[in-house]
Amino acid sequence: MTTYTMPDYRGRFGDFGGRFVPELLMPALLELEEAYKEAKKDDSFMEELDYYLKEYVGRETPLYEAKNLAKKLGSGRIFLKREDLNHTGAHKINNSIGQALLAKRMGKKKIVAETGAGQHGVATATVCALLDLECIVFMGELDVERQALNVFRMELLGAEVKSVAQGSGTLKDAVNEALRYWVSNVEDTHYILGSVVGPHPFPKIVRDFQAVIGQETKRQIQVHTGKLPNHIIAAVGGGSNAIGMFHPFIDDEAVKLYGVEAGGLGLASGKHAATLSAGETGVLHGTMTQLLQSESGQIKEAFSISAGLDYPGVGPEHSHLAASKRVTYDSITDEEALEAFQLLSKTEGIIPALESSHAIAYAIKLAKEVPANETIVINLSGRGDKDVQQVKNKLEER
Amino acid sequence: MGKEKINQYFNNIQANDQHLFVPYIVAGDGENGVQNLPERIQFLQDSGAAAIELGIPFSDPVADGPTIQEGSIRALEQGTTLKKVLDVLAEDKETRTIPIVLMTYVNPIFVFGIERFAAECERVGVDGIIIPDIPLEEEDLIAEALTTHNIAFIRLAALTSTPERLQEIARRSEGFLYAVAVKGTTGVRTSHEDNISTYLTTLKKHASVPVLAGFGVSNPQQAHELGAHCDGVIVGSKIVDLLHQGKKAKVRTLIEESINKQEVGT
Repeated sequence: MTTYTMPDYRGRFGDFGGRFVPELLMPALLELEEAYKEAKKDDSFMEELDYYLKEYVGRETPLYEAKNLAKKLGSGRIFLKREDLNHTGAHKINNSIGQALLAKRMGKKKIVAETGAGQHGVATATVCALLDLECIVFMGELDVERQALNVFRMELLGAEVKSVAQGSGTLKDAVNEALRYWVSNVEDTHYILGSVVGPHPFPKIVRDFQAVIGQETKRQIQVHTGKLPNHIIAAVGGGSNAIGMFHPFIDDEAVKLYGVEAGGLGLASGKHAATLSAGETGVLHGTMTQLLQSESGQIKEAFSISAGLDYPGVGPEHSHLAASKRVTYDSITDEEALEAFQLLSKTEGIIPALESSHAIAYAIKLAKEVPANETIVINLSGRGDKDVQQVKNKLEER
Repeated sequence: MGKEKINQYFNNIQANDQHLFVPYIVAGDGENGVQNLPERIQFLQDSGAAAIELGIPFSDPVADGPTIQEGSIRALEQGTTLKKVLDVLAEDKETRTIPIVLMTYVNPIFVFGIERFAAECERVGVDGIIIPDIPLEEEDLIAEALTTHNIAFIRLAALTSTPERLQEIARRSEGFLYAVAVKGTTGVRTSHEDNISTYLTTLKKHASVPVLAGFGVSNPQQAHELGAHCDGVIVGSKIVDLLHQGKKAKVRTLIEESINKQEVGT
């Protein structure tokens, strides 16, 4: 058995990853890489991180057996990793708290972040309030409109939300502006990137802070079943919840891993965010990865009912895991996600985030194909409270 | 062609005791899109430019401020692609005397094919390349192809670079060295940092090619202030803005007043 050690010293996951950034940012990336290396070796840093994860975030999160759902599907045992029960309602805070502590350690007093629907923005604003850091969040103009309540939430937490009018006014443009802000304020500011995207060392750091999801799951499933699961499913936008879940299982080759992308209105429609299923290799936001782009290398807009999956790139490690075939990537349409959203609400009394609903929808399909003695774990990355208004509108449109 | 052409053209200008002035324009911006390039290049050459930095528009230009972002969007809306720009450059290759330097983010050329891109640059008479999102660590993606086709690989230095990195960047740069003169994105600034002269002097010391300061440079006074510590300037946003407003006469004045050392605004 080989041991998985990606990325290499250049931040490469096979052919993907790297640091495609202006020279202005290179010293900051090198400083961050060094600070992170030191922090990981420092017991007091890791203890502080553990303290906040336990006492503030509320870890560990349960691995809950969804018996009603399994019965309804006539399938084998299904478990939900309840990241929705974290403080602020999603897995995002695992990374925000880790990076904020790292920023403090580096002596940075200001934090910049991007956000799509607002989950990462809220998580980052929250930890900045906790740790007394100044916080600026860039958010696309369209998302500011669609997620007015999350904007207010961030402001309530003391963050400054900057609306981004450039481009399509969504997550991609918010990342561009956050990068531009960081370029201009790099000496006193740390950029808390919210997913496993961007230049090295971000994909590694974010993955490591999210890997707590998979580490807990590995322990918990053995308590429940006495063995590793057969199938693990997670939704992939940028891919942080999925990598966090998958990473501790990569060397366990018998465990099948599935990353579920947003199929939007269907791959044939061209309106989707299924980067790994329908993208081409390129460079965006500092990393080489699979992208939705035109033949001349211009980045296309992504499309999904779920704002958290609405990104035309994907983490470079996912591109590598797709190329090496260790993880199976597939897509789920808006319609299928909406059905799963309602099904889990009705059967288990758990309203999942629309992002997580993609993973649930895939599990519903998979459950019909695999033997009933096989176990499925689904990463329930966030709760759906933020989505109920949108889902209500969608259902009324029908 | 390539490095020698830049070298020779710059030498001639410097022999006349003038500052080097490199205007940046977004390829495909303005009336008739890429078709206006031969006329614009001729105009800038006649105005006294030392080379032309031709920006290939990209959907996500993270090193650029609002003016160049908007110019890029206008160019993309007119259907500008790397291939179209190269094809137009091929047309008047023989009559053009001024060096052409392409500024492009890495993705459009990666998708085009790196080797194909370098070969095409040689074919259509592109002399140098500036890629803002390729730092030292990622150069091997493109350096060899550019060397093979004798295209100058122009490196960018930054105010945040460590002394070791500055030295290495200066040592490697070909054609000229692009000294990014602000801690930020492109766009008009009223002033530069206090330590700018030390920075430019350091780069001059280590570079074997001319050093040009760019980002935040928009008027003759800045051109002379910065030019006192290096070989000249690159002006982008101001030129893009003036051309967009149809103020060509002002572009010519800006270049003329910036290059002539006796016209120092004192």
